[in-house]
Amino acid sequence: MTDVANAVVLLMNFVIVPGVAYGSQLALGALGVTLVFGILRFANFSHGDVMAFGAMVVLLATWWFQGMDVGIAPLPTALIALPFGIVAAAAFNLSADRLVFRFYRRRKSPPVILLIASVGVMFALQGIVRFIIGPEDRRVADGARFLIKASEFKQATGLKEGLAIKLSQGLTVVVTVVAVAALFWFLHRTRAGKAMRAYSDNEDLALLSGVSPDRVVFYAWLIAGTLAAIAGTMYGIDKSFKPFTYFHLLLPIFASAILGGIGQPVGAVVGAFIVALSETAVTYAYKKFLRYLLPESWEPSGLMQLLSTDYKLAISFVILVVVLLVRPTGIFRGRVF
Amino acid sequence: MSFLAGEGMTGGYGGADIIHDCTIEARQGEVAVIVGPNGAGKSTAMKAVFGLIQLRAGAVTLDGEDITRLSPQERVRKGMGFVPQERNVFTTMTVEENLEMGAYIRDAGVADTMARVFDLFPILKERRRQLAGELSGGQRQQVAIGRALMTEPRLLMLDEPTAGVSPVVMDDLFDRILEIRATGIAILMVEQNAAQALSIADRGYVLVTGRNRYTDSGQALLDDPEVRRSFLGG
Repeated sequence: MTDVANAVVLLMNFVIVPGVAYGSQLALGALGVTLVFGILRFANFSHGDVMAFGAMVVLLATWWFQGMDVGIAPLPTALIALPFGIVAAAAFNLSADRLVFRFYRRRKSPPVILLIASVGVMFALQGIVRFIIGPEDRRVADGARFLIKASEFKQATGLKEGLAIKLSQGLTVVVTVVAVAALFWFLHRTRAGKAMRAYSDNEDLALLSGVSPDRVVFYAWLIAGTLAAIAGTMYGIDKSFKPFTYFHLLLPIFASAILGGIGQPVGAVVGAFIVALSETAVTYAYKKFLRYLLPESWEPSGLMQLLSTDYKLAISFVILVVVLLVRPTGIFRGRVF
Repeated sequence: MSFLAGEGMTGGYGGADIIHDCTIEARQGEVAVIVGPNGAGKSTAMKAVFGLIQLRAGAVTLDGEDITRLSPQERVRKGMGFVPQERNVFTTMTVEENLEMGAYIRDAGVADTMARVFDLFPILKERRRQLAGELSGGQRQQVAIGRALMTEPRLLMLDEPTAGVSPVVMDDLFDRILEIRATGIAILMVEQNAAQALSIADRGYVLVTGRNRYTDSGQALLDDPEVRRSFLGG
């Protein structure tokens, strides 16, 4: 019985907890991508780097607060710096729309042109972020490290395996729950939110009903920027801030949005957790886990790891390809053009 | 003077004209029906009245006001309600939300209008929390008409409201349309089911290749042997 408990704790510690935290970060990112797609009908490749931009501004504000000795210990200072990142990322999105996307929208360019334009915005933004803060890896989190320490958990339960939950992981989940709840409340309970859903559902009919497309587009960029800044910051607090990693996050984010059904907010959240848990589950070495559950003579000789962590991006890629082949509309039947 | 008058309308979708010197009128408390063979420009004529296509010649007036240059959105604000033939509901939103979206441009009195729509279509009240995409064809059509009624229009335009529904549902929809007429709204409707539509029409327009061929009261058109032979199958 203790063997089973140890095995479960092991799995919780190395697969479930990190997977849920990572899934929350992906969910926030995928929600932004799916909202922009639902309203503006194109895949916004600059989203990953808007996350980096927002997180960068948060980091700069964090340093400023730290310089003034302002903090909210044991919580990370980045949390009170978050509003700066949100404003910056939303402002960036709105300016990018004014300077780039609006031009193609007015010309009624096909979605692929807007997609390519967003790749251009992405490269420009990568340059801006590296110019301002540089390409190095930086720590965002300060304050307490752990919510539950492995040693404390072992002491409390008497198990051989410990369960550690980092403060950053707990925070990520809480912030995501709050952000997602607020977003869904907005989309389902407010006039502006319903107008966005209507516009995403049936553009012509929404226009006939008097919905202003400019207003809806404005909200879409505003919300996408807000979510991007939160996602980028939570990822930074949980791991670290390195501009290049946000570009890499684009693949799992798109995999999540498409797996859930592009344009479907619920789908983006569900897709994100599937992608994240698949990544942690497939790259985990199950040798120790199996040793707890199997008779001694069956002990596996290898690591029992399906895929090296170096290849974890491949998992998103495989999920993406399989979804597009088997069910291109995704779990919640998004729109496919 | 008719409440709505599209006079001498000529136009199409960019290239060649589809309707030629076409005249359509509708009066308050009356049902006007546009019928004709496939490709006669029935829907195009209605879209011209609503401003969905550009006119090369002719004019549209509503209650005496020239609205020829107004966009469809502006025409909605002037009191025109339009129910497209396809994609006429928000499938991912509930019945109630569909109706709310219909009243998007209004500030006050929305609850009263919704109560009236629910009186007209009781099934919608029952299904108000259900997604419009999950409803049957006839119920969806009721949502679509209800959505258009939410602006309290003075003119309701229906593009083939009975397309793809069973004869029983069609009769029911026609009954509701007569109930709407009784409230004093002007109704303009394009119909594929010519005989049934003319039987409830105060005024009928038979279009052929984009031109007015016959114009008369619905009953007179039904009684006209030539119209019967050519368009109503004997």
